[in-house]
Amino acid sequence: MSFKNNLASLVVGFIFGLGLAISGMTQPAKVIGFLDIFGQWDPSLLFVMGGSVLVHFFTYRLIRKRNSPLLSSEWHLPTKTEVTPALMIGAILFGVGWGLGGYCPGPAITSLMSFSPRPFIFVVSMLVGMVLFKFYDKKKKVRR
Amino acid sequence: MYNEWIFAGIGGLLIGLSVSLMLFWNGRVTGISGIVNGVLTPQKGDTRWRILFVVGLLLGGLIVGQFKADAFADNVQSSDWTLVIAGLLVGFGTIMGSGCTSGHGVCGISRMSPRSLVATVTFMAAGILAVWIFRALGVIS
Repeated sequence: MSFKNNLASLVVGFIFGLGLAISGMTQPAKVIGFLDIFGQWDPSLLFVMGGSVLVHFFTYRLIRKRNSPLLSSEWHLPTKTEVTPALMIGAILFGVGWGLGGYCPGPAITSLMSFSPRPFIFVVSMLVGMVLFKFYDKKKKVRR
Repeated sequence: MYNEWIFAGIGGLLIGLSVSLMLFWNGRVTGISGIVNGVLTPQKGDTRWRILFVVGLLLGGLIVGQFKADAFADNVQSSDWTLVIAGLLVGFGTIMGSGCTSGHGVCGISRMSPRSLVATVTFMAAGILAVWIFRALGVIS
């Protein structure tokens, strides 16, 4: 990746971080309230996924009309289509952790900027979880 | 009350804009768990953009934190060990499941990827059940 790609990535991360911190996704009580449909449901975060998909559903189709991205000679997009057991089990584990902690990866990292201990505890544990999967994968050769 | 919906909507639009720029400029999916995971197994020429993306996330959070008092409000009552378990599950699960809320939920749904549709429905359902059960047990409140 070139200098321009790296700079682009910084800008994308910055706008993404602004969006997350504005949206309410960096407030774990709101996230848990969003998932609490059998209790005190707080549906406002629907607008986060709704708004982002609304934009990207159309921009994706527009952008893919090009032969290549602006700063790269080819697309680097996922090509897998098969729904594997690992996909489902991984999503279940992630969902349980998401409900338990109120953080998914992006908001957790962005929340480090509150300089309080809880996001820090979560992010460190998350990184450990990622490394643990690597060890598990080395043994089991998981077909993802 | 309505403010929260407006903030959620503005945040959503910004996230939609950012993932669109990633596709337009670099031709990539903006999947945060995958981007972070790539830093943990560094490969030559494929690490710097990932680190800079994370730096961008942090800068965005830093700026909003200056203006929005409740940006990082944490009103969840749970033990730190609960948070450790949650983090481990999110880290392990997102890599095993090839993505999280951004990669599957935003980018994958927009691409109408069957894998991402299945994953998103699954992790939402698991999250809803987890909150229901752990609230009832008093693990989180």
